[in-house]
Amino acid sequence: MPFRELTLTLIDTRTPDPKRFISGSTGDWEVIIGMEVHAQVTSESKLFSGSSTAFGNPPNSNVSFVDAAMPGMLPTINEECVRQAVRTGLGLKAVINKRSVFDRKNYFYPDLPQGYQISQFKDPIVGEGKVLLDMGEETIEIGIERLHLEQDAGKSIHDQHPSMSFVDLNRSGVALMEIVSKPDLRSADEAKAYLSKLRTILRYLGTCDGNMEQGSMRADVNVSVRRPGGEFGTRCEIKNVNSVRFAGQAIEYEARRQIDILEDGGTIDQETRLFDPKLGETRSMRSKEEAHDYRYFPDPDLLPLEFDDAFVAALAENLPELPDEKKARFVGDYGVTAYDAMVLTLDRETADYFEAVVAHGGRKRDGKAVANLLNADVAAYVNSQGLAVWETHLQPSQIAGIVDLVAAGTISSKIAKDLLQIIIAEEPEGEPSEIVERRGMKQVTDLGAIEKVVDEIIAANPDQVAKVQAKPTMIGWFVGQAMKASGGKANPQALNELMKKKLGIE
Amino acid sequence: MTDLTKLSLADASKGLKAKSFSATELTGAYLGAIEAANGVLNAYVAVTAEQATEMAKASDEKLSKGEGGSLEGIPLGIKDLFATKGVHTQAASHILDGFKPFYESTVTSNLWRDGAVMLGKLNMDEFAMGSSNETSYYGPVVSPFRAEGSNAQLVPGGSSGGSAAAVAAWLCAGATATDTGGSIRQPAAFTGTVGIKPTYGRCSRWGTVAFASSLDQAGPIARTVEDSALLLRSMAGFDPKDSTSVDLPVPDFAAAVERGVKGLCIGVPKEYRMEGMPAEIEKLWEQGLEWLRAEGATVKDISLPHTKYALPAYYIVAPAEASSNLARYDGVKYGLRVSGKDITDMYELTRAAGFGREVKRRIMIGTYVLSAGYFDAYYVKAQKVRTLIKRDFEDAFAAGVDAILTPATPSAAFGIGDETLAADPVKMYLNDVFTVTVNMAGLPGIAVPAGKDGQGLPLGLQLIGKPFDEETLFAAARVIERSAATDFSPTPWW
Repeated sequence: MPFRELTLTLIDTRTPDPKRFISGSTGDWEVIIGMEVHAQVTSESKLFSGSSTAFGNPPNSNVSFVDAAMPGMLPTINEECVRQAVRTGLGLKAVINKRSVFDRKNYFYPDLPQGYQISQFKDPIVGEGKVLLDMGEETIEIGIERLHLEQDAGKSIHDQHPSMSFVDLNRSGVALMEIVSKPDLRSADEAKAYLSKLRTILRYLGTCDGNMEQGSMRADVNVSVRRPGGEFGTRCEIKNVNSVRFAGQAIEYEARRQIDILEDGGTIDQETRLFDPKLGETRSMRSKEEAHDYRYFPDPDLLPLEFDDAFVAALAENLPELPDEKKARFVGDYGVTAYDAMVLTLDRETADYFEAVVAHGGRKRDGKAVANLLNADVAAYVNSQGLAVWETHLQPSQIAGIVDLVAAGTISSKIAKDLLQIIIAEEPEGEPSEIVERRGMKQVTDLGAIEKVVDEIIAANPDQVAKVQAKPTMIGWFVGQAMKASGGKANPQALNELMKKKLGIE
Repeated sequence: MTDLTKLSLADASKGLKAKSFSATELTGAYLGAIEAANGVLNAYVAVTAEQATEMAKASDEKLSKGEGGSLEGIPLGIKDLFATKGVHTQAASHILDGFKPFYESTVTSNLWRDGAVMLGKLNMDEFAMGSSNETSYYGPVVSPFRAEGSNAQLVPGGSSGGSAAAVAAWLCAGATATDTGGSIRQPAAFTGTVGIKPTYGRCSRWGTVAFASSLDQAGPIARTVEDSALLLRSMAGFDPKDSTSVDLPVPDFAAAVERGVKGLCIGVPKEYRMEGMPAEIEKLWEQGLEWLRAEGATVKDISLPHTKYALPAYYIVAPAEASSNLARYDGVKYGLRVSGKDITDMYELTRAAGFGREVKRRIMIGTYVLSAGYFDAYYVKAQKVRTLIKRDFEDAFAAGVDAILTPATPSAAFGIGDETLAADPVKMYLNDVFTVTVNMAGLPGIAVPAGKDGQGLPLGLQLIGKPFDEETLFAAARVIERSAATDFSPTPWW
């Protein structure tokens, strides 16, 4: 019996690239990946009822008669969820469908009280769009097939009673956006980058918190392999992957598994698989033959969802600046490198933090200098804490202070590192210029004070002096010695000039 | 003292306002009648005597102060499909054993808001699936009517058989009912009562146990056209909790009852002249047209060419929706649970024990027509047919027709346990042949008693109206009621 599903026309948008191939014993293979991401809509109440969506409440406390599927209860659409879906569609540069239809997906499960999930099957609220990924030097475009709204199910709990399962309906009816990509991804790294980028976009838009640990974003990953540029292979779907890292591991395992089967002369069965993060492997959950017939049909309790251009325009007007646009602006306005701009725009708060540093105190600072400090020394500390910069005690005013001191020549960039460490570890509330003043960290530009040190070094190292006469680049050794002796406080440029003069080299 | 139960709803209301009797007395009279008759007729599945007495008392207080709503103190029976807070609400099904909702349906809330008194919950076909009230878990309702010279028990029709029987046998002043394919109009026609299925969207479906969501509509069954108008006025109204409810003001339907039919154009669809239709039905139809003509209406022959596809299409759409609507009765949350060795076993045992034969049949039909490979051939095609049926009516109305007159049913009431019907469910489904088109098109339809068959059993005519033009139906039905000038009440034998 033909299984009823939406037919997706597979179009290969990518050029096979040997650097992404996976080598097998019989030659190269290419992995083809498509993603279905379930993103919980950020909203106060559920998709079709007024119940709260708050996370972590006692079991079955966010449940209305509608959520519990009491007889005679009817769903009514939550407009905020519709707005969030449209915002997300706009963020994905996607076609917004002004008319969409809610369908029932029928199956029995204890945490599905209605015996069906209200979803969108044939006519989703959002159509084709795209997501751009920065893969090193390359920017690749991943097609979005569709986005639709649907209800989440409740949660079955199997470890509370020897023979019974418990059901928590708090999540039952919470709005999800299912975002379906085209099969455009060609490596585990691309898949990970896609998930991260999608999460970044959703967080910028404020339409999903992207919290994969709490389950508010999870991915079903479709994986198949083929000979480079050949026909698409049979795919397996890996369900409910709940971290970016696991997605990468699952894909790598699954691609290898399929390649091994094919190279042994076997065939791939279309099936649903689960990823076990402990064992790092996928295993079969159910085959195509065991798949449900969901008997989709339009939900007669709900009218088709319709809105006009003005509704979309109002949302478009108030859309925040998105990561790609922000990145372009950072490169254009602040002269930072594309890489720095990408790193700074990974989340909205970091981007805001960067701009707060640049503009602190109403003065515009050199964006490059700020980016260098944030993405190097600050990043090292922040990453070691597993935090983002805006989550630490470091204030934009402190970072701005350090940048200003370097720019004014008051401290060298080497001293700037020390100053940062002091603020991180010793004086979290400290004001940079005050610390520099009090601790005597100012750069020494007074040549008189340096001269004595220089003379001593030259006098003590006649052998080196002879060498530098023959090879002038050896001057670096003298400058280094002098800098060390000054406690790093000497102005490197002034020191260099003076050293040249004393050694008599040009 | 006169028997208060014999008063029409309108007269009872006048009597209450004139303080000729109290709401407590009126309710007491009905409770007494139920007590005496229900053991035989089985019209009620739950009698809420205590609640009724309290509500009547509250009405008396209001009435004594000259206050009260349009239905103040009027005792009503409520079909078991409507959720009534804390009271038996089981859709006459075993699977909802013991279910008492924490909420009140919008329709009944509206009635209580206007002062009506609840006598109890009325028997019905299980989940409103049936045309004889024989599929109820609580046993069949016995019609108060008997054929002349016979003691054989007859059906009151269905699915609102309890509502129709209770109204006809004076066990309530009026009743709520629901109609998915004819479940108000067919039992009304079988029991000499008036039943109107309003336009889809006129009454909220919130809190009414769903059978087929796109077809279900609540409406009243009453003893007179005026009574049905008074009840519908109260039951109807926009409800934001039902997305398919329509935001239109509810007219004063009772004010339209005596409006007459002068200048109206009544359509007569040739497709309703079924082969093998009993001559007495044919005659009744002609008689109805004659009465309307006599009061100034013109009669026009029309064609509704897709009529013959309505019944088959209905028996795809309704079971499809039902199969999904009834999935929630799984033993997990409420109602019956038959434990099994695992969850699937529990589902299967619960649903096998909880649903009756007809409900199971429709769940299976519905599951089949929605399944992979059959969906386009059945469900999609049936929806196309539905569009065509709707267009047939639109064309007729666009051509100047104000209302359409048809027979309500192909025959008078039949016997309980009729073997030919039991053997062939499709024969039973033919009961709805004149009524399903109206549900498929979402239009209002009213059944009004118009005559009797050779055995003295009531026969009804149906009037079909334009969307949200129930007023014309009340006016035309009243003309038929007045012209028939017949007492359609049963001769008590119970």
